[in-house]
Amino acid sequence: MAREARTDIQKAEKVGVPTVPEQMRPGAVYSPSVDIFENDNTITVLADMPGVKAQDLKIDLRDSMLTLTGRVSAPDGAKESDVLREYQSGTFFRQFTLSEAIDQAKIDASLTDGVLRLELPKVEKARPRQITVRTD
Amino acid sequence: MLVRRVWPSRPTFDSPFGDFGEVRREMLRLLDTVAGDTFGDVGAGVFPPLNITQDDDNFYLRAEVPGIKPNELSISAVRNRVSLAGKREIQREHERVSYHRKERAEGSFNRTVTLPTEVDTERVDARYADGILTLTLPKAEETKPRQITVRT
Repeated sequence: MAREARTDIQKAEKVGVPTVPEQMRPGAVYSPSVDIFENDNTITVLADMPGVKAQDLKIDLRDSMLTLTGRVSAPDGAKESDVLREYQSGTFFRQFTLSEAIDQAKIDASLTDGVLRLELPKVEKARPRQITVRTD
Repeated sequence: MLVRRVWPSRPTFDSPFGDFGEVRREMLRLLDTVAGDTFGDVGAGVFPPLNITQDDDNFYLRAEVPGIKPNELSISAVRNRVSLAGKREIQREHERVSYHRKERAEGSFNRTVTLPTEVDTERVDARYADGILTLTLPKAEETKPRQITVRT
Protein backbone atom coordinates (compact mmCIF):
# COMPACT_ATOMS: atom_id res chain seq x y z
CA MET A 1 0.00 0.00 0.00
CA ALA A 2 1.58 3.20 -1.15
CA ARG A 3 1.24 6.07 1.21
CA GLU A 4 2.23 9.58 0.52
CA ALA A 5 5.11 10.56 2.70
CA ARG A 6 4.12 13.42 4.95
CA THR A 7 6.43 15.61 6.89
CA ASP A 8 4.94 17.34 9.85
CA ILE A 9 5.90 20.86 10.68
CA GLN A 10 8.45 20.94 13.43
CA LYS A 11 7.66 24.24 14.97
CA ALA A 12 10.35 26.00 16.84
CA GLU A 13 8.82 28.24 19.45
CA LYS A 14 8.73 31.96 19.10
CA VAL A 15 12.12 33.21 20.11
CA GLY A 16 12.26 36.08 22.52
CA VAL A 17 14.91 38.72 22.03
CA PRO A 18 16.75 39.32 25.32
CA THR A 19 18.27 42.68 24.53
CA VAL A 20 16.92 45.25 22.15
CA PRO A 21 19.25 47.98 20.96
CA GLU A 22 16.46 50.50 20.87
CA GLN A 23 13.42 50.05 23.02
CA MET A 24 10.51 51.03 20.85
CA ARG A 25 7.61 50.35 23.13
CA PRO A 26 6.91 48.22 26.17
CA GLY A 27 6.00 44.60 25.67
CA ALA A 28 7.59 41.42 24.47
CA VAL A 29 9.89 41.38 21.47
CA TYR A 30 10.15 38.33 19.23
CA SER A 31 12.55 37.31 16.56
CA PRO A 32 10.83 36.30 13.32
CA SER A 33 11.88 33.15 11.47
CA VAL A 34 13.61 34.07 8.24
CA ASP A 35 14.87 32.58 5.02
CA ILE A 36 17.69 34.49 3.36
CA PHE A 37 19.07 33.58 -0.01
CA GLU A 38 20.82 35.32 -2.84
CA ASN A 39 21.60 34.96 -6.49
CA ASP A 40 23.96 37.05 -8.58
CA ASN A 41 21.65 40.07 -8.64
CA THR A 42 19.51 40.05 -5.54
CA ILE A 43 19.45 39.17 -1.86
CA THR A 44 15.99 38.01 -0.79
CA VAL A 45 14.71 37.96 2.78
CA LEU A 46 11.51 36.13 3.72
CA ALA A 47 10.26 36.67 7.25
CA ASP A 48 7.26 35.18 9.08
CA MET A 49 5.52 38.04 10.85
CA PRO A 50 1.97 36.93 11.62
CA GLY A 51 -0.37 39.71 12.69
CA VAL A 52 1.72 42.54 11.28
CA LYS A 53 -0.08 44.94 8.98
CA ALA A 54 1.78 46.72 6.18
CA GLN A 55 1.53 50.10 7.88
CA ASP A 56 3.01 48.71 11.11
CA LEU A 57 6.08 47.28 9.43
CA LYS A 58 9.28 49.29 9.37
CA ILE A 59 12.22 48.32 7.21
CA ASP A 60 15.40 50.27 7.72
CA LEU A 61 18.67 49.94 5.87
CA ARG A 62 21.63 52.08 6.78
CA ASP A 63 25.35 51.39 6.75
CA SER A 64 24.65 47.83 5.57
CA MET A 65 22.58 47.19 8.71
CA LEU A 66 19.10 45.95 7.85
CA THR A 67 16.49 46.30 10.58
CA LEU A 68 13.01 44.80 10.49
CA THR A 69 10.47 45.97 13.03
CA GLY A 70 6.86 44.81 12.94
CA ARG A 71 4.32 45.90 15.51
CA VAL A 72 1.40 43.61 16.35
CA SER A 73 -1.61 45.26 17.93
CA ALA A 74 -3.40 43.19 20.55
CA PRO A 75 -5.98 41.10 18.71
CA ASP A 76 -8.13 40.13 21.69
CA GLY A 77 -11.33 41.95 22.50
CA ALA A 78 -11.56 43.78 25.81
CA LYS A 79 -14.08 41.47 27.43
CA GLU A 80 -12.35 38.22 26.55
CA SER A 81 -10.75 36.01 29.17
CA ASP A 82 -8.07 33.41 28.50
CA VAL A 83 -8.86 29.74 28.06
CA LEU A 84 -5.60 28.64 26.50
CA ARG A 85 -2.58 30.74 25.64
CA GLU A 86 0.25 29.29 23.60
CA TYR A 87 1.62 32.42 22.05
CA GLN A 88 1.94 36.06 22.98
CA SER A 89 1.74 38.99 20.65
CA GLY A 90 4.46 41.56 20.63
CA THR A 91 6.87 43.31 18.37
CA PHE A 92 8.88 41.41 15.80
CA PHE A 93 12.43 42.66 15.62
CA ARG A 94 15.50 41.46 13.79
CA GLN A 95 18.71 42.94 12.47
CA PHE A 96 21.12 41.72 9.84
CA THR A 97 24.42 42.97 8.55
CA LEU A 98 24.57 42.79 4.79
CA SER A 99 27.91 42.02 3.25
CA GLU A 100 27.16 43.61 -0.09
CA ALA A 101 26.22 47.05 -1.27
CA ILE A 102 22.50 47.34 -1.95
CA ASP A 103 20.83 49.56 -4.50
CA GLN A 104 18.61 51.46 -2.06
CA ALA A 105 16.37 52.87 -4.77
CA LYS A 106 15.32 49.47 -6.10
CA ILE A 107 14.41 47.72 -2.84
CA ASP A 108 11.08 45.97 -3.11
CA ALA A 109 9.04 44.80 -0.12
CA SER A 110 5.71 42.99 -0.05
CA LEU A 111 3.72 41.58 2.82
CA THR A 112 1.34 38.72 2.05
CA ASP A 113 -0.49 36.57 4.61
CA GLY A 114 1.91 37.57 7.35
CA VAL A 115 5.05 36.84 5.34
CA LEU A 116 7.40 39.63 4.34
CA ARG A 117 9.29 39.28 1.08
CA LEU A 118 12.12 41.74 0.76
CA GLU A 119 14.13 41.97 -2.45
CA LEU A 120 17.44 43.77 -2.09
CA PRO A 121 19.10 44.28 -5.47
CA LYS A 122 22.89 44.44 -5.37
CA VAL A 123 24.55 47.46 -6.91
CA GLU A 124 26.22 46.91 -10.24
CA LYS A 125 29.78 46.94 -9.00
CA ALA A 126 29.13 44.25 -6.44
CA ARG A 127 27.96 41.73 -9.02
CA PRO A 128 30.48 39.13 -10.08
CA ARG A 129 32.02 39.86 -13.42
CA GLN A 130 33.11 37.13 -15.71
CA ILE A 131 36.69 37.72 -16.66
CA THR A 132 37.97 35.92 -19.67
CA VAL A 133 41.64 35.22 -19.86
CA ARG A 134 43.04 35.96 -23.22
CA THR A 135 45.54 33.67 -24.72
CA ASP A 136 47.86 34.97 -27.31
CA MET B 1 16.99 25.08 27.29
CA LEU B 2 14.41 23.46 29.48
CA VAL B 3 12.30 20.52 28.46
CA ARG B 4 9.06 21.96 27.20
CA ARG B 5 7.13 19.30 25.35
CA VAL B 6 5.24 18.05 28.38
CA TRP B 7 1.93 19.67 27.63
CA PRO B 8 -0.25 17.36 25.54
CA SER B 9 -1.35 18.63 22.16
CA ARG B 10 -4.95 18.05 23.13
CA PRO B 11 -5.57 19.86 26.38
CA THR B 12 -8.78 19.27 28.24
CA PHE B 13 -10.10 22.21 30.14
CA ASP B 14 -12.56 20.50 32.40
CA SER B 15 -9.88 18.54 34.24
CA PRO B 16 -9.15 19.52 37.85
CA PHE B 17 -5.59 20.25 36.74
CA GLY B 18 -6.78 22.69 34.12
CA ASP B 19 -4.90 25.60 35.61
CA PHE B 20 -1.72 23.65 35.98
CA GLY B 21 -0.56 24.35 32.47
CA GLU B 22 -0.73 28.06 33.10
CA VAL B 23 1.19 27.73 36.36
CA ARG B 24 3.77 25.59 34.63
CA ARG B 25 4.19 28.13 31.84
CA GLU B 26 4.63 30.91 34.36
CA MET B 27 7.22 28.88 36.27
CA LEU B 28 9.21 28.09 33.15
CA ARG B 29 9.04 31.68 32.04
CA LEU B 30 10.38 32.74 35.42
CA LEU B 31 13.19 30.20 35.28
CA ASP B 32 14.10 31.29 31.78
CA THR B 33 14.35 34.88 32.90
CA VAL B 34 16.56 33.96 35.85
CA ALA B 35 18.78 31.83 33.64
CA GLY B 36 19.20 34.81 31.34
CA ASP B 37 17.83 32.79 28.46
CA THR B 38 14.93 34.62 26.90
CA PHE B 39 11.82 36.22 28.22
CA GLY B 40 9.75 34.65 25.48
CA ASP B 41 6.59 32.75 26.12
CA VAL B 42 6.64 29.05 26.73
CA GLY B 43 4.49 27.67 23.98
CA ALA B 44 3.04 24.27 23.30
CA GLY B 45 5.85 23.22 20.99
CA VAL B 46 3.43 22.35 18.22
CA PHE B 47 2.33 24.09 15.07
CA PRO B 48 0.31 26.20 14.86
CA PRO B 49 0.35 27.93 18.24
CA LEU B 50 -3.20 28.65 19.39
CA ASN B 51 -4.79 31.14 21.71
CA ILE B 52 -8.31 30.55 22.91
CA THR B 53 -10.32 33.18 24.71
CA GLN B 54 -13.96 33.47 25.64
CA ASP B 55 -16.61 35.99 26.50
CA ASP B 56 -20.23 35.44 27.49
CA ASP B 57 -21.36 34.36 24.03
CA ASN B 58 -18.38 33.05 22.11
CA PHE B 59 -15.09 31.27 22.15
CA TYR B 60 -12.38 32.86 20.03
CA LEU B 61 -9.61 30.70 18.64
CA ARG B 62 -6.62 32.45 17.09
CA ALA B 63 -3.77 30.69 15.35
CA GLU B 64 -0.54 32.02 13.91
CA VAL B 65 -0.38 30.49 10.44
CA PRO B 66 1.78 32.79 8.33
CA GLY B 67 2.11 32.08 4.64
CA ILE B 68 -0.82 29.69 4.40
CA LYS B 69 -3.53 30.42 1.89
CA PRO B 70 -7.00 30.32 3.49
CA ASN B 71 -8.17 27.65 1.05
CA GLU B 72 -5.36 25.35 2.20
CA LEU B 73 -6.79 25.28 5.71
CA SER B 74 -9.29 22.65 6.74
CA ILE B 75 -11.33 23.49 9.81
CA SER B 76 -13.96 21.30 11.37
CA ALA B 77 -16.02 21.52 14.55
CA VAL B 78 -17.99 18.74 16.20
CA ARG B 79 -19.72 19.41 19.51
CA ASN B 80 -16.89 20.82 21.63
CA ARG B 81 -13.99 19.78 19.47
CA VAL B 82 -12.30 21.94 16.88
CA SER B 83 -9.82 20.54 14.39
CA LEU B 84 -7.40 22.52 12.33
CA ALA B 85 -5.44 20.86 9.55
CA GLY B 86 -3.44 22.05 6.61
CA LYS B 87 -0.15 22.13 4.90
CA ARG B 88 2.41 24.86 4.62
CA GLU B 89 4.48 24.80 1.51
CA ILE B 90 7.33 27.13 0.85
CA GLN B 91 7.61 28.00 -2.78
CA ARG B 92 10.76 26.84 -4.45
CA GLU B 93 12.84 29.56 -5.97
CA HIS B 94 13.15 29.15 -9.69
CA GLU B 95 16.59 30.60 -10.12
CA ARG B 96 19.71 29.10 -8.70
CA VAL B 97 20.14 30.64 -5.29
CA SER B 98 22.38 30.03 -2.35
CA TYR B 99 20.83 30.03 1.12
CA HIS B 100 22.26 31.90 4.05
CA ARG B 101 19.45 31.02 6.45
CA LYS B 102 16.53 28.63 6.27
CA GLU B 103 14.48 28.85 9.44
CA ARG B 104 10.93 28.81 8.14
CA ALA B 105 9.37 25.38 8.50
CA GLU B 106 7.11 23.62 6.04
CA GLY B 107 4.99 20.51 6.23
CA SER B 108 1.59 19.28 7.36
CA PHE B 109 -0.15 19.99 10.60
CA ASN B 110 -3.23 18.71 12.34
CA ARG B 111 -4.45 19.84 15.72
CA THR B 112 -7.59 19.17 17.69
CA VAL B 113 -8.58 21.09 20.79
CA THR B 114 -11.42 20.43 23.18
CA LEU B 115 -13.38 23.45 24.34
CA PRO B 116 -14.91 23.64 27.82
CA THR B 117 -18.46 23.58 26.46
CA GLU B 118 -20.23 22.69 23.25
CA VAL B 119 -20.46 25.21 20.45
CA ASP B 120 -23.07 25.97 17.83
CA THR B 121 -21.20 24.45 14.89
CA GLU B 122 -23.65 25.92 12.37
CA ARG B 123 -22.65 29.47 13.21
CA VAL B 124 -18.86 29.13 13.44
CA ASP B 125 -17.13 31.98 11.65
CA ALA B 126 -13.58 31.81 10.29
CA ARG B 127 -11.51 34.75 9.15
CA TYR B 128 -7.96 34.97 7.92
CA ALA B 129 -5.92 38.16 7.90
CA ASP B 130 -2.18 38.90 7.96
CA GLY B 131 -1.27 35.30 8.72
CA ILE B 132 -3.63 34.97 11.68
CA LEU B 133 -6.66 32.73 11.58
CA THR B 134 -9.53 33.78 13.85
CA LEU B 135 -12.41 31.44 14.57
CA THR B 136 -15.48 32.73 16.35
CA LEU B 137 -17.31 29.82 17.95
CA PRO B 138 -20.70 30.74 19.45
CA LYS B 139 -21.45 28.82 22.63
CA ALA B 140 -24.41 26.49 22.32
CA GLU B 141 -27.57 28.05 23.78
CA GLU B 142 -28.23 25.20 26.19
CA THR B 143 -24.80 25.52 27.79
CA LYS B 144 -25.10 29.23 28.56
CA PRO B 145 -25.89 30.15 32.13
CA ARG B 146 -29.48 31.22 32.60
CA GLN B 147 -30.51 34.04 34.83
CA ILE B 148 -33.14 32.81 37.29
CA THR B 149 -35.36 35.32 38.95
CA VAL B 150 -36.74 34.50 42.34
CA ARG B 151 -40.48 35.08 42.57
CA THR B 152 -41.82 36.61 45.69
